[in-house]
Amino acid sequence: MTLKDIAFLNLRRRKAKSAFLLAGLLIGVTTVVALMSLVGAMTNDINDKLERFGANILVVPKTENLSLTYGGLSLGGVSFEMEEINQSDLIKVGSIRNAANVAAMGPVVLGIIEVSDSKVLMAGVDFTASKILKPWWRTNGRQPKVDEVLLGSEAANKLGLGIGESLFSNGRVLKVSGINESTGSQDDQLVFAQLATAQTMLGKEGKVSMVEIAALCKDCPIEEMVRQISGAIPGAKVMGIQQVVKSRMETLSHFQKLSFGVSAVVILVGSLVVLVTMMGSVRERTREIGIFRAIGYRRGHIVRIVLLEAGIISALAGILGYLTGTGATKLFIPLFTDSAHVQVPFDPVMAGAALVLSILLGLLASIYPALLAANMDPNEALRSL
Amino acid sequence: MSYIIAEDLVKHYGAGDVTVPAVRSISFEVQEGEFVAIMGESGSGKSTLLSMMGALNTPTSGTLITDDIDIYTLTQNQRADFRREFLGFIFQSFQLVTYLTLAENVMLPLVTVNARKREKQEMAHEALARVGLEGLEKRLPNQISGGEQERVAIARAIVNEPPILLADEPTGNLDSKTSADVMGFLYKLNAEGMTIVMVTHSYEAARNARRILQISDGLLTDEEIIHHDAPSAESSDASPAVDNA
Repeated sequence: MTLKDIAFLNLRRRKAKSAFLLAGLLIGVTTVVALMSLVGAMTNDINDKLERFGANILVVPKTENLSLTYGGLSLGGVSFEMEEINQSDLIKVGSIRNAANVAAMGPVVLGIIEVSDSKVLMAGVDFTASKILKPWWRTNGRQPKVDEVLLGSEAANKLGLGIGESLFSNGRVLKVSGINESTGSQDDQLVFAQLATAQTMLGKEGKVSMVEIAALCKDCPIEEMVRQISGAIPGAKVMGIQQVVKSRMETLSHFQKLSFGVSAVVILVGSLVVLVTMMGSVRERTREIGIFRAIGYRRGHIVRIVLLEAGIISALAGILGYLTGTGATKLFIPLFTDSAHVQVPFDPVMAGAALVLSILLGLLASIYPALLAANMDPNEALRSL
Repeated sequence: MSYIIAEDLVKHYGAGDVTVPAVRSISFEVQEGEFVAIMGESGSGKSTLLSMMGALNTPTSGTLITDDIDIYTLTQNQRADFRREFLGFIFQSFQLVTYLTLAENVMLPLVTVNARKREKQEMAHEALARVGLEGLEKRLPNQISGGEQERVAIARAIVNEPPILLADEPTGNLDSKTSADVMGFLYKLNAEGMTIVMVTHSYEAARNARRILQISDGLLTDEEIIHHDAPSAESSDASPAVDNA
């Protein structure tokens, strides 16, 4: 038999007390895990939504007096007469430190074409990137191939064109492969073609007018990425959509602060439960501790018995607390978000943190009772006979 | 030289002006292998004296030397080691740990000893067998009689084979038949060489010792030598025949 066996046997025999101690710690750890995983799940959800929102970094040529409103957000400017960005420079974006955080990069070349005596704005885009950058697009028909175009809803109306019909411009015949449903944005007025097609038609081979980048994901330091891209393409002006980022950060920050506050209170209450329960347990076992001391147990042995008991219960509470905490998050996450597919995956870091937190909490709250037990006068056991 | 030397032991409880003298001034010696009974009325100071002998209760003044070790010059940890190495305790009311089986209770003094688990288990089983409780190892204290609990307490006290056994009213809660059995066992242990110091109210129990120290009001008032006839092989577990000196 060892000190560990004594601790185990005591916990096993005093089931009610052990259960109370476990419950005190379990509630604390569960609450902390639930709040933290809720924050994590909401962060992922918001990031997911923001990613679906589209681009959040714009790269435009450096200019002095241009401005453009984009989606109601102030984004800087684009001029059709200004210098363009060299498409070959965009490769450098792939070499920035946070390149892995770039979800999609969509170069856009803009220019005016004439269609049936009307001037129309043509945008050459990368349609593969557009799926991520313009997730709100609903296209009737299909995306254009070479010598094909996709029309914004308003452009289709004004030009009086439907799917399968053709338009003539700059001496080329372009077939309408699809028409976007109304988006309520400037995209409705544009004629979209493949980047290479548009570059050729506009006489801007190897040039792009702007680049849209989607870099919204967890841990994306947007400001830092803006700085890195600026360094990579010195001839371009790089802007983050600050409003979106700040809004996201503020929302999460408020919730996180609330979570930390609630966690701190719960941890404090949990610690007090452990302290009071262990104090009660030690006082209840005065005689037993006196006997241990009388038959040759050192003070350190008594401390180890008490701390072992607290450690065993704390470890159990840590494991169960993580499981019940994540379970509670899965249960209650629908109350905090309208997304049906929010994931609360197994997080080994949080599981480890819950275990460490629980053990630390249990041990710290048990130090005083352990010392109280160790310093108990062994003679009390004999005098009480 | 004597094995245990108590010299002018004084113990006062309380502090300042409000102190209660439990032991006023007691000096005595115990030889190695001796069986000494300490008798006295309630509150006479006999249990305090025993606890001081057990390195559990620091005297207000005086010295206690056991096996040439001045016990109260030792640190707390050294005293704990001393108790583990030199002393076996039999407490009044058995004082078994309720959530441990009989074998586990007996193993308690071995927990802090550096030995293999199997070795400790064998020692516990052997000790239980010595007190006639083989086969009851897995029972809990509340599943056996008072007499059996006293035997478990004795087994726990002797499991690590200490040279000294301190017993505080070992028959205080037992009927006369069971008391006789217990005293017979202590007599046998003493006959095997163990030094025993026993506190008791019972003169019947005290007569099993070789010497009786009478304590009254914290002072040693009388000393009686008991002459025993050697017990026969058949009656080795029973109390011996006694001639008072």
